Amino acid sequence: MTTTLEQAIDQSQHRSLLSRIMSVQVFWVFLAAALACIALSIITDTFATERNLFNVTRNFAFVAIIAIGMTTVIASGGIDLSVGASVVLSAVVVGATMEAGYPIWAAAMFAIGAALLVGLVNGILIAVVGMPPFVVTLGMLSFARSMALVLSNNKMIYQFGPDHEILLWIGGGSTFGIPHPLIALIILAIIMSFVFKWTRWGQHVFAIGGNENAAVMTGIPVRGMKISVYMFSAFTAGVAGILMVGWLGSVTTNLGTAMELTVIAAAVIGGANLAGGEGTVFGAVVGALLIEVIRNSLILLGISTFWQGAFIGSFIIIAVAFDRIRRLRGQD
Amino acid sequence: MAERLKLTGVSKHFGAIRALNDVSLSIGEGEVLGLMGDNGAGKSTLVKIIAGNFRASGGEIRLDGEPRDFHHPKDAQRAGIEIVYQDLALCDNLTAASNVYLGRELRRQFGPLRIVDYKAMHRRAGELFAQLKSETRPRDLVRKMSGGQRQAVAIARTLLSDAKVVLMDEPTAAISVRQVAEVLDLIRRLRDRGITVILISHRMPDVFAVSDKIAVLRRGELVANKATRDSSPEEVTGLITGAILAA
Repeated sequence: MTTTLEQAIDQSQHRSLLSRIMSVQVFWVFLAAALACIALSIITDTFATERNLFNVTRNFAFVAIIAIGMTTVIASGGIDLSVGASVVLSAVVVGATMEAGYPIWAAAMFAIGAALLVGLVNGILIAVVGMPPFVVTLGMLSFARSMALVLSNNKMIYQFGPDHEILLWIGGGSTFGIPHPLIALIILAIIMSFVFKWTRWGQHVFAIGGNENAAVMTGIPVRGMKISVYMFSAFTAGVAGILMVGWLGSVTTNLGTAMELTVIAAAVIGGANLAGGEGTVFGAVVGALLIEVIRNSLILLGISTFWQGAFIGSFIIIAVAFDRIRRLRGQD
Repeated sequence: MAERLKLTGVSKHFGAIRALNDVSLSIGEGEVLGLMGDNGAGKSTLVKIIAGNFRASGGEIRLDGEPRDFHHPKDAQRAGIEIVYQDLALCDNLTAASNVYLGRELRRQFGPLRIVDYKAMHRRAGELFAQLKSETRPRDLVRKMSGGQRQAVAIARTLLSDAKVVLMDEPTAAISVRQVAEVLDLIRRLRDRGITVILISHRMPDVFAVSDKIAVLRRGELVANKATRDSSPEEVTGLITGAILAA
C-alpha cells in the first residue's frame, strides 16, 4: 500500500491513546497514588474516613498550589527556591495588617503584593541582569524570610482584627464538604491547565524552557516572560501563605520552612523536567498528592515519621529513573 | 532574471582587522549562490552584514534595486531576509507546527479570550511541508525528527514569512548522507519558488549539486564569483587555499 505525501503529513502519531497515556510519567505516578489509596483503605480503617480524607486533601492543597507555580518556573528552564520564604512573608503581612485593623481584602492585597514584589525582584535579577536562578532565589529565600522576621519581630500573631472569623473561614472552612484550600487549588489548576495549553504565554514558557536561544531569535519577549513566570510562582506562594494562616489560626515565622524542597519534589515527581521545557499542571497536583498520601499512610500504619524522608526521596528518584529507562528504550 | 540582492564594495573592519574588503556580488531571483571559504575567510561576517547583525563599514547593499541599511536583524527580516541558523533554533519539546509558528502563533477568538489556533497551525504547517515535499508531520515533536525533517521545519519558517532571500549556514554539516539529499531538495524547492538562497558550506559536493553560482572568499577578499558550470571542485579548492589566486 502506498501513501501519498499528503497522507503521510496528515497522519498524527502512530500510537493509540492508551500507549500515549502510558508513556507519560504522570500516569504512573497517578497509578501509584491511586493504588496506595486503595491499599490503605483496605489495610486500615482510618484512611477512608471522612475526617482523614478531609485532612489529606487540605494538607496537600497548599503544596499543590505552589507546585503549579514551581512547575511553570521549571518548565521555563528556571528554579525558584524562594517560595517557602514568600509563603511566610505573605502570611506575616496578612497577619500583621489584619491585626492592625485592616479589612481582609486590603490585607490580602498587601500580602499578595509583597509576594509579587519578591517575584518581580527575582525576575529582574534573572532575566535582565542575567544571574543564575538558583543563586538569585537562594539569596531571596534568605532575604524574604528575614523580612518576615523583621516585620513580625518574631512574635506569633493570632489576633486578626475585625475580619478574624472570615480569615479562619477562608483557610480552614469548607463549602459542600470541600475544604477551601482544595477549592482554590481546583480553580487554579483548571485555569492554568488552560493557560499552559491554549495561550501564547503558555506556549512561550515551554519554548523558553526548550531552547531559550530559539525563543530569543524568533522574537519572543523572553525577559518579560521570565519576569512574569517568577511573579506567578511568587503569587501562588502568596495565596498559599494566606490560606495557611487561616487554616492554622496563627502566624509563626517558621511557616513554610523547607517547603520549597517539598514543592520541587512534587513538581519533579509529577514529570517536570529540571532541564526545562516539560511539566504539566496535572502532574504537579498528582505529585503533591502522592507525597501527602505517603506521609499520611506512614502515620496511619504506625511507622515512625523518621521514615518519611526515605520514602519521599525514593519516590523522587524512582519517578525520574522510570522516565530515563523509558527514554533509553526509545519509546519516546 | 531579475536582480534580487546586490552588494557593491562592501567592507567591514573591526578596529585594525579587515574582516571583509571591497566585496561586490549580485544574485538573481530564484538563484542559489554557494558561498565558500576557509574558516576566518569572512563568510560569517558577510552573512551577518546581509542579515543585519553587523553594519558594513563601507559599501552598499541593494535589495530588489533599493538601497538598504539594516541596523538590526529585525529590519532585515522585515525586508524579507531570513537566516536558517546552523543549530536551527528549534525547540525540541514542541511540535513541528508550534516551531514553525514560534513567536507568531495563530490565534482565534474564544469567548472573550484569544487562544492559540492549533488546528489552523497544523493545517498551514502541513501545507508548507507539502510544498517542500518533506514527509514531516506537523503534530510530531521535533525531538523525534531526523536531521532532514528538522531542516524542513526551519525552512518552513522562512516560507511562512514570505522571505525573498534565505541565508543557510552549513545546513548539511551534521547530518547523514540520505538526509543531505533531502536538504538539497529543500533548497531546490525554495529556488523553484523564486527565493534566492545563499548557501554557506564547507562541503564541496553539496555546493556543486545545488548552486547556480559560486563565490569564494579568502582573507576577506572575494577571489571568485562565477557560474558553477564554469568551475570545478579542484579550482574552488585551489581558490580557498590560495593555490590559485583568483578566477
